[in-house]
Amino acid sequence: MIEARGLTKRYGSTVAVDRLEFEVRPGVVTGFLGPNGSGKSTTMRMILGLDEPDAGDVRIGGRRYRELGWPLREVGALLEARAFHPGRSARSHLRALARGNGVPDRRVEEVLGAVGLADVGRRRAGAFSLGMAQRLGVAAALLGDPGVLLFDEPVNGLDPEGIRWIRDLMRGLAAEGRTVFVSSHLISEIALTAEHLVVIGRGRLLADTSVAELSARSTSLEDAFFELTRDSAEYRGDPAVQGGDLGAPRRGGMS
Amino acid sequence: MTTATWESRAPAGHYRFRHVARMEWTKLWSLRSTWWTLAITFAGAVGMAVVVGANTKNASGDLTNNALAGVIPGMLTIGVLGVLVMTGEYSSGAIRSTLAAVPNRRLLLAAKTAVYGGSVLAVGEAGAFLAFLAGGAALPARVPPPSLGQPGVLRAVVLTGVGLCLIGLLGLGIGAIVRHTAAAIAVLVGGVFVVAQFIVMIARPVIGYVPITIVGSSLGAVQPQGDARHHILSPWSGLAVLCLYAAVVLGAGAWLLVRRDA
Repeated sequence: MIEARGLTKRYGSTVAVDRLEFEVRPGVVTGFLGPNGSGKSTTMRMILGLDEPDAGDVRIGGRRYRELGWPLREVGALLEARAFHPGRSARSHLRALARGNGVPDRRVEEVLGAVGLADVGRRRAGAFSLGMAQRLGVAAALLGDPGVLLFDEPVNGLDPEGIRWIRDLMRGLAAEGRTVFVSSHLISEIALTAEHLVVIGRGRLLADTSVAELSARSTSLEDAFFELTRDSAEYRGDPAVQGGDLGAPRRGGMS
Repeated sequence: MTTATWESRAPAGHYRFRHVARMEWTKLWSLRSTWWTLAITFAGAVGMAVVVGANTKNASGDLTNNALAGVIPGMLTIGVLGVLVMTGEYSSGAIRSTLAAVPNRRLLLAAKTAVYGGSVLAVGEAGAFLAFLAGGAALPARVPPPSLGQPGVLRAVVLTGVGLCLIGLLGLGIGAIVRHTAAAIAVLVGGVFVVAQFIVMIARPVIGYVPITIVGSSLGAVQPQGDARHHILSPWSGLAVLCLYAAVVLGAGAWLLVRRDA
């Protein structure tokens, strides 16, 4: 269970995440949907304690990330493809993390096998393709056999087979009763994977609903998503803004 | 649909310093650059001692200090490696994995300090002793080599290794403050080697407080023990000043590490 309460992050005068409230429940894959720049990655980083919220907080099973006893054994995260040193082998990278959280070395071999990197575990991870780097990130997330998993844009760089693999993996993890929170800007991909959705735009919560319910609001999930983000833009009194242009100069600062 | 209920498999308790130290140990020694850098440092110290020893004409001067001359370039390699221990995490993105495993950032920097400091202390001492022995052995037959039993000789050799370790920690602290590799190396090289030379031109008495002078002329000297005329600190004062530098820089690094977003 992940709970965000009044979660807020500002960068200078830009509000990246604006009083966000949501709950991610165990047992289902929850999609975290929003246009590029809507604050998904910032939210993920705050869940992991990498960025400190300016207001509000986010808790995992009632505790802040930094209060977890063995973080990797409670939360696994695929944050972005390359969160490892290029000069280190995949195996050494995972071993270091495992030892930091009291995870036995044999678990490293298990996860390398599970993601299909057993044969290249000795190779410098810097030489990995984007897809292999993504698989190494998944291995790191699975390392501590955690009950909560975060995946930030997991299909980036994966080939169709890899996309199918990670989709099945996430659904399998949720079916075991784990909490799975996966961000994406690809609506069609989320539709295939998630049952529940948290939709944000400009750092604000737009919807916290099931995929089925959101789809039923319009002709398709995609149309429903665009209507949601368009509403958000109108709310801000700027009808020119559509879902996809949030890299544009800040308009989120005023409310 | 039926869903299973997840029971946490995490044991009770909390990660401790020893876990974080094991993690940092694994990280440090699983990079080839660590082995190369320390091997070069070691070989440079011993190699220069042999060259200096073989070219010694007579027993005047501080033969121990001469044998330890090769440690000065080692300050650069060990300092830069210290910088990389920290900045390499940021340039690669590995810092996110590291902090996800160990959100206690003070504990993380403490473990890095212990692991890197301990490793370079061992290499520094081994390098200093071997340089001393090799330098003595390379002396011409007519020049009697210094022995560790003579007053001040053992101290000079031991403190030279300690000095190398402290320069390494200075690099680590600068890396934690600056975070960008090139900028941090510029600060290290500028602060320890280059700017120091300019300051000395303007304010001569400051020379004794420059890290390179402390390692070369205070820590590694048998005699004179401190030289007020040339503004050289005594070995123990020099050690205290160098420890202070490392402590201040690491303290500032820890303070920033805790407060900044990763």
